[in-house]
Amino acid sequence: MVFAKPPVILSSYSVVGPKEGQGPLGKTFDKVWEDELNGEKSWEVAESKMLQEAMNGAINQASVPKEQIDFMLAGDLLNQIISSNFAARQMALPFIGLYGACSTMALGIAVGSMLIDGGFAQKVLVGVSSHHDTAERQYRLPTEQGAQRAMSAQWTVTGAGSVLLGSDGAGPRVTSATIGRVIDFAVKDVNNMGAAMAPAVADTILNHFNDRQLRPVDYNLIASGDLGAVGLALACELLKQSGMDMGTNFTDCGVMIYDESQDTHSGASGCGCSSVVLAGDILQRIKAGELKRVMLVGSGALHSPTSALQGESIPGIGHAVVIEG
Amino acid sequence: MADQTLKKPLLSVTAEKYQTLIKQYTPKPTIIKNVVRAFIVGGIICSIGQIFINLFSSFGLARVEASTAATATMIFLGALLTGLGVYDEIGKFGGAGSIVPVTGFANSIVAPAMEFKREGYVMGVGAKLFTVAGPVLVYGIATSIVVGFVYFLLH
Amino acid sequence: MFEMIVPAFIVGGIICMIGQLLMDLTKPTFTPAHVLVSFVSGGAILGALGIYEPLVKIGGAGASIPLSGFGYSLAKGAMEAVEKRGILGAFSGGVEATAVGIAAAIFFGYLISVAFKPKG
Repeated sequence: MVFAKPPVILSSYSVVGPKEGQGPLGKTFDKVWEDELNGEKSWEVAESKMLQEAMNGAINQASVPKEQIDFMLAGDLLNQIISSNFAARQMALPFIGLYGACSTMALGIAVGSMLIDGGFAQKVLVGVSSHHDTAERQYRLPTEQGAQRAMSAQWTVTGAGSVLLGSDGAGPRVTSATIGRVIDFAVKDVNNMGAAMAPAVADTILNHFNDRQLRPVDYNLIASGDLGAVGLALACELLKQSGMDMGTNFTDCGVMIYDESQDTHSGASGCGCSSVVLAGDILQRIKAGELKRVMLVGSGALHSPTSALQGESIPGIGHAVVIEG
Repeated sequence: MADQTLKKPLLSVTAEKYQTLIKQYTPKPTIIKNVVRAFIVGGIICSIGQIFINLFSSFGLARVEASTAATATMIFLGALLTGLGVYDEIGKFGGAGSIVPVTGFANSIVAPAMEFKREGYVMGVGAKLFTVAGPVLVYGIATSIVVGFVYFLLH
Repeated sequence: MFEMIVPAFIVGGIICMIGQLLMDLTKPTFTPAHVLVSFVSGGAILGALGIYEPLVKIGGAGASIPLSGFGYSLAKGAMEAVEKRGILGAFSGGVEATAVGIAAAIFFGYLISVAFKPKG
């Protein structure tokens, strides 16, 4: 879909954990926590606080009174999106909860832009978080369990990113979006989520270029978020075999956020990842004029620990949003 | 890239074909390195266990008793190292070398229990102690009962 | 004090190698929990067949510390109890023989879980 009056990204704010702060993008984040708990009594509470911090940060940066915000869209990885629900309790804004696994940031921006372009809102706040320790213990193993992680496994990012969308003002604009379909190529390995999501990302990218009659070279940067190294390679191969050469501008937020020395294996995952990479690095580079047209393809693995135990394969989804400087 | 056509059919790779692609792109576990490390770490843990057996025997315990006491000591050490946050690092290096010994069993008891303390002492710690220990005891004890039964029938 | 250490190292190391191969050569859904369960049941069956006993004789702690040794003790306890008490022994023997280990695991596990905080 193409927005008739492209909504503006008025401000953005990112908060991350210590590991992300030490990564190659460390300097681009607005705030780096010193530890994963930040003085809270549990990791879940910490994640919710992190999300609030990111959203308040975005509001303050735009210096918009909170009363002017029409909707808050938020999501995270935990059961019943509790981090977002509890953050919404504090924010006291009209709240729409979203779940798109790691694709939630792109989904939130797409839905927020629709609300604005459709005339239902003037200002929409989008916030997304994930936390390494809360996600690990929900989806995989307790953090102190002495187990080896598979080489294709990804590391859940501790981070929260937020953007404030407005109907008018100065800043990068959200010009179009492509909502993805669920694609399931029967990948069952929860330690290889990149592989599970790659077909969905490839499908969304193909659909987007088909609809818009554009090619990969028309974009300065196409960032999936977050396939990891394995998934990115797979997505490239899928697109190539479908006749689409992605060129050199195709990368992945999960590959960008850590470097190899950080022992994360295939890179990062978690909806915090694409949200902080977008709110930090990508938007800063757009504002600096370094990037003109960027496509963020959020990719989500829509499984649960229960479905995985029952032997169900992992359905993947990809949502694309295009941001122009 | 100029010859790229604009209108293209969608994903031309089937799910079956994709499975072979996944195999091609997914890094394999480094089996030889893992096996060597498992041998070394497992060997070291068992050697420490042996030292305890020898120690307890020298206190005058019978062989079987000494072995039982050593097992209990190793369980304590495994639990303690988990609490100190060291055992997961050993596990990352040693793989099965640190999972298969009883210290790994202790690790699998403490790790979930400790992590779910915030969910309370009964449904958190109490219940989660048995996430891995439960299945182990169920299958271990059930097998022993079947063994005892068969043994009874044969004699 | 230092007798039996080399055999314990070798036997224990080999048993752990088998565990590693089990994990790396099977599907990723084969978790550490599956490894532990296979070793306990495997040890019990090998113990019943009389194959594990010589390993314990040769390897000492190398065979008794891995979880297969726990399985072996369970099976051995059950068989010995059957000798003494008949069919009831099949139920009581395994747990009796391993009671120290089970109780230690639960007790120490609980103490440590309460005393420490996970580091993440």
